[in-house]
Amino acid sequence: MTLKPRHKLALATTAALVVIAGLLYAAVVVIQAAAEAGNEGAAAPLVMVGLAAGALIFSVLRPLVDQLVRAPMQLAEETRILLGDSSRRVRLVGSSELRAVAEAINELAGRRQAFEQDVKAEIARSQQNLEADRNRLAVLMAELQQSVVVCNLDGRILLYNQRARTVLAAGAGGEAVGLGRSLYAVFERSLIAHALEQMARRLETGKPPAAELVTATQAGRLLRVHLAPVTGHEVDSDKEKMTGFVLLLDDITASFETEGRRDALIQSLTEGSRGPLGNIRAAAEMLSAYPDMNADERSRFLNVIRTEVEGLSGRVEQSAREYARELTVRWPLEDMRGADLIAVAIPRMSERCGLPVKAEEIDEGVWMKVDSFSFLQVLCYLTSRLRDEYGISEVRLALSAEGDHACLDLIWLGTSMSTETVMNWEMDPMRSAGEESPLSVREVMDRCNGEIWFQRKRASHRAAFRFLLPLAQAPQHPGSVPTGAQGSRPEFYDFDLFSWSERSHALDDQLLSDLAYTVFDTETTGLEPSKGDEIIQIGATRIVNRRLLTHEVFDQLIDPRRHLPEASVKIHGITPEMLVGQPPIDTVLPAFRNFCADTVLVAHNAAFDMRFLQLKEASTGITFDLPVLDTLLLSAVLHPNQESHRLEAIAERLGVLIVGRHTALGDAYVTGEVFLKMVPLLAEMGVRTLGEARAAAEKTYYARVSY
Amino acid sequence: MSKKILIADDEQNIVISVEFLMKREGYDVSVAADGEEALARIRADKPDLVLLDVMMPKKNGFDVCQEVRADAALAGVRILMLTARGREMEVAKGIALGADGYMTKPFSTKELVDKVRDLLV
Repeated sequence: MTLKPRHKLALATTAALVVIAGLLYAAVVVIQAAAEAGNEGAAAPLVMVGLAAGALIFSVLRPLVDQLVRAPMQLAEETRILLGDSSRRVRLVGSSELRAVAEAINELAGRRQAFEQDVKAEIARSQQNLEADRNRLAVLMAELQQSVVVCNLDGRILLYNQRARTVLAAGAGGEAVGLGRSLYAVFERSLIAHALEQMARRLETGKPPAAELVTATQAGRLLRVHLAPVTGHEVDSDKEKMTGFVLLLDDITASFETEGRRDALIQSLTEGSRGPLGNIRAAAEMLSAYPDMNADERSRFLNVIRTEVEGLSGRVEQSAREYARELTVRWPLEDMRGADLIAVAIPRMSERCGLPVKAEEIDEGVWMKVDSFSFLQVLCYLTSRLRDEYGISEVRLALSAEGDHACLDLIWLGTSMSTETVMNWEMDPMRSAGEESPLSVREVMDRCNGEIWFQRKRASHRAAFRFLLPLAQAPQHPGSVPTGAQGSRPEFYDFDLFSWSERSHALDDQLLSDLAYTVFDTETTGLEPSKGDEIIQIGATRIVNRRLLTHEVFDQLIDPRRHLPEASVKIHGITPEMLVGQPPIDTVLPAFRNFCADTVLVAHNAAFDMRFLQLKEASTGITFDLPVLDTLLLSAVLHPNQESHRLEAIAERLGVLIVGRHTALGDAYVTGEVFLKMVPLLAEMGVRTLGEARAAAEKTYYARVSY
Repeated sequence: MSKKILIADDEQNIVISVEFLMKREGYDVSVAADGEEALARIRADKPDLVLLDVMMPKKNGFDVCQEVRADAALAGVRILMLTARGREMEVAKGIALGADGYMTKPFSTKELVDKVRDLLV
């Protein structure tokens, strides 16, 4: 049986009133009786009645309070929990009204949960798309023949490809190009600033904004730079604004030289001919205008003409030779796998010449430099002449490598031929088997820098044309990466850097998560720099935007110019032989300092490495005045009660996988991973900025011992 | 009295023809084989006309032309520059430095004769 709330309330109120009235009545009766009796002892029954009344009130009101006050409060609390976690539900307890409210709340939570899941799924989907886009972009960049660098307005590099890195390489172990690095380490700032200004102006007036310039790199390469703006809309307007820029780089050093040589050639042919022609013309005109001149005069003029014509002929010959050389340089020789060429040649030869063509032994590893189009013409032409003039009914192809050359044999059984025939075949224009080429076999072979001859093996009755062609290197995989970082996609881009700006405020105030770091380690001949121990290896990698950039590394062995103690070899595994021919510290340190530019240094037990670096300040003039963080001290900040703060122990504690330790670069990788794990843990302790981290580190026990 | 012409050119093969031609045209011809000699002869002989090659050892034709024009005593000397370079900028430079005419090799000897005659009127 259920009552309506209004009735319940009425009933409860009535009951309470009845009870209270009853109690009052009982009290009045007792008091009256006591007064009539005039008896002091009558107070005891009064107390009894009071207690009984209290118990009665309590027992009547308690369920009432539970139902009307506590249950709604509990529901409110449960609802609040549900605010944070929509998968939770409130309990359905209490009165039917309260249960109705609870059900409504649960339904609301259910809808919110579904909505949240939708949003989550949507976000995951777009993130996937974004990731796929970015991967496609990374592949495109890696395959692009041009060098590409994308920067934000401050000239910080957000993206680059392998080719750009090669073109802009600074040399000496250092890398000029890296994520978050300044473009102005490579290019004159004013040069780019000028181009950006031009672009901004053209953008405003609605003209095509791209700019072009030619400049030289520090390594002496000549680059044509094409700049285009990256635009975006301002937050609260439709106005387009430049947010960064793209640089396309062409290394024109080689073509510039080629063009220069060709210009010189043309110059010498035209301008250089004026003088001699002038002399010849004047002399010839004298001879024809003054037929009355004496024999001596006549012979002088004829002599002028003869010597000038001879000189001019020599000049023309030389120009022709030089031009031919330029032509062969420009002739499009491809690097091609020999087996691929033969795979193309076989069906084509048998189709054009109408006879079976078979492959014999083919060396799959042979790559050669060849103009494949013309070379296929040569094969078809020779085969069809063999068929027409010698009745050959089958030919075979074989490929091998000999020294610096690829040997391709066009083989047939039987018939020999005279050297005279071979020469004719070589010199005739290739007009047969549907080929209409003005070129001869000889010309094609010259263009390929190759040779051809006829040879015969009497024993096997086999005859062959042997082609020698220059070998090509099997192409390196584009985008190949430096040591120790295979297997993962290179971190060549980071568009989150778009929002970076030159920070005006001091480094100490910046968040640890916002800074760029150089994580490094050194190997040394021993532990005491003050007693002459020296650095023999520096390995470093970078952290930008909370990512370890395993492809942007500094990895350099150094000739210590002193004895390498046996004991140390056991630790680092670097033998004296490995150090022969390596650069000395004076040339490595400037490159390493450049690598570290604009970053915070991170090392494990940094005090040790820094002491070695600082002792070199006087002799090299290179100061490492960058802020330093020490993972050993930071570990002591995080876990003061742990016994060991060795790198292995910390790595294990923080769940960092250790690979390739005890090379400088390997240790730098581990240190970097460890540091990245530490940053959020430090933040939980309230250590968020560089300044806070340095202050906390200095307070640790280890700091007091070490420094 | 016949007019005096100085041929300033280091290249024997053109001097042979031009010297022969100018003599046949009835001029009084002398020859200088470099820029310094040319300047010395101009100062000494005060020729009516100099056929001045641009590319010469010691002093090039432009320098000679400039020095002649800087010397008031040589105001009457006409200068016809002969050069084996066809760049228009060089022609402009020669004229700017005070040459009276400019001919680029290979030139026709008939034109040369006409030009010389014009300049010596």
